[in-house]
Amino acid sequence: MEGNMNLTLKVWRQKNAKSEGRFETFDVKGISEDMSFLEMFDVLNERLISETKEPIAFDHDCREGICGMCSMYINGHPHGPKQTTTCQLHMRSFKSGDTITVEPWRAAAFPVIKDLAVNRSSFDRIIASGGFVSVNTGNARDANSLPIPKENADLAFMAAACIGCGACVAACKNASAMLFTSAKVSQLSLLPQGQAERQMRAEKMVAQMDAEGFGACTNTGACEAECPKGISIENIARMNREYLSASVSSNKEY
Amino acid sequence: MSWVTKTLSSSLGKKLIMAVTGLSLIAFLLVHCGINACIFFNDGGETFNHAAEFMGTNWLIRTTEIGLFAGLILHILDGLKLWYDNNAKRPVKYAIVAGNNSTWYSRSMGLLGTLLLIFLVIHLRHFWVVSRFTDVITSGQKTLFQEMAEVFANPVPVVIYVLGCISLAYHLLHGFQSAFQTMGWNHPKYTPFIKSVGAGFAILIPLVFAAMPIAMYLQIIK
Repeated sequence: MEGNMNLTLKVWRQKNAKSEGRFETFDVKGISEDMSFLEMFDVLNERLISETKEPIAFDHDCREGICGMCSMYINGHPHGPKQTTTCQLHMRSFKSGDTITVEPWRAAAFPVIKDLAVNRSSFDRIIASGGFVSVNTGNARDANSLPIPKENADLAFMAAACIGCGACVAACKNASAMLFTSAKVSQLSLLPQGQAERQMRAEKMVAQMDAEGFGACTNTGACEAECPKGISIENIARMNREYLSASVSSNKEY
Repeated sequence: MSWVTKTLSSSLGKKLIMAVTGLSLIAFLLVHCGINACIFFNDGGETFNHAAEFMGTNWLIRTTEIGLFAGLILHILDGLKLWYDNNAKRPVKYAIVAGNNSTWYSRSMGLLGTLLLIFLVIHLRHFWVVSRFTDVITSGQKTLFQEMAEVFANPVPVVIYVLGCISLAYHLLHGFQSAFQTMGWNHPKYTPFIKSVGAGFAILIPLVFAAMPIAMYLQIIK
């Protein structure tokens, strides 16, 4: 797939979590506007490998916008100028001759592993602290045995669309994980299956979020504006309600 | 740690403190603005001086004033703590920040708050200290209205007060609706109403406040 776009890339290079990083500039030629942003990086990495240089490390997996692995901060926006994932960002969003600056997610809770790859296991620990429902084993229940209002099902589904990529943290001036955590709290608290652990979930997930070193929320709305899945900050208000009401009314301290 | 301190020291709890103290300061602004707007009767400050004397001597108001200062100090200290903590959550900064994903004033609440604090020190020195800690007003040398007229005869305080009001407007423009979001009050029926009331309040109140020094400087009110 040859093209006629020529670009200058300024990419963050960092050997490992402990070393100092710096920007390295690459000229990339013959890029097709139909390539995804990651494919453009593949072209560059192939060239670096053929020159026996170290390729640029970056996270990616499904490349169809559903897994949440890709994580580049492109020209001041997580996932670049479009409200999508980096893998679904196409080179037609740029012009030939552009200089593109690519940085890793920046947050104390997301330490750099190498180059553009960051460690997002803090999100896993937030989920493990309460982002689940306990289900007894046995036969699956009949799908319609639990009445669920359509509005709640829709809201829960919209919250569940979060792929946990961390763009909200990357976009937030406080590196806050409120949008992620609130989406996970919301999707379960809105459904009958989530009621049993509702109070514990809100308290534990917020406590874990704070312990991981994410910032507080200033309600700027930058997370919502940058989220590739369009998660609403209404979820943040819902988590605030869930947390504060759980704090004052739970029988036990979690 | 008791559950109360645990809740209030969490990131959500610190924000709750900001929201509750912020809303009480908003309530104060409404009273303050209402009392001061009495100068617009343009009766040589007679109505205003009556209202100011009531506010300065009524025991209920004076007791509430202690709560007001406590709330103000809490709002400042908690705000500074949040500012400091949040800043540490991104030790390595970005080389490029696009900045068009949110309003500049929502990202600058700490800066606007600091400007307001500087303004507040000047403002309290002008009127509160004079009326409480000197006998200028109580001895009948001057009325508070005359004190105002004297301060605002000079263009420098007028400019400082107008700048203070602009900072206040932007601080409120984000703060008013943000307080409700923090308290979890985001609802399809009420949020549009809260947002419009907040925007109206953020424009109207600072505008009325700013009109006072300007009107006195231009001798429209005398």
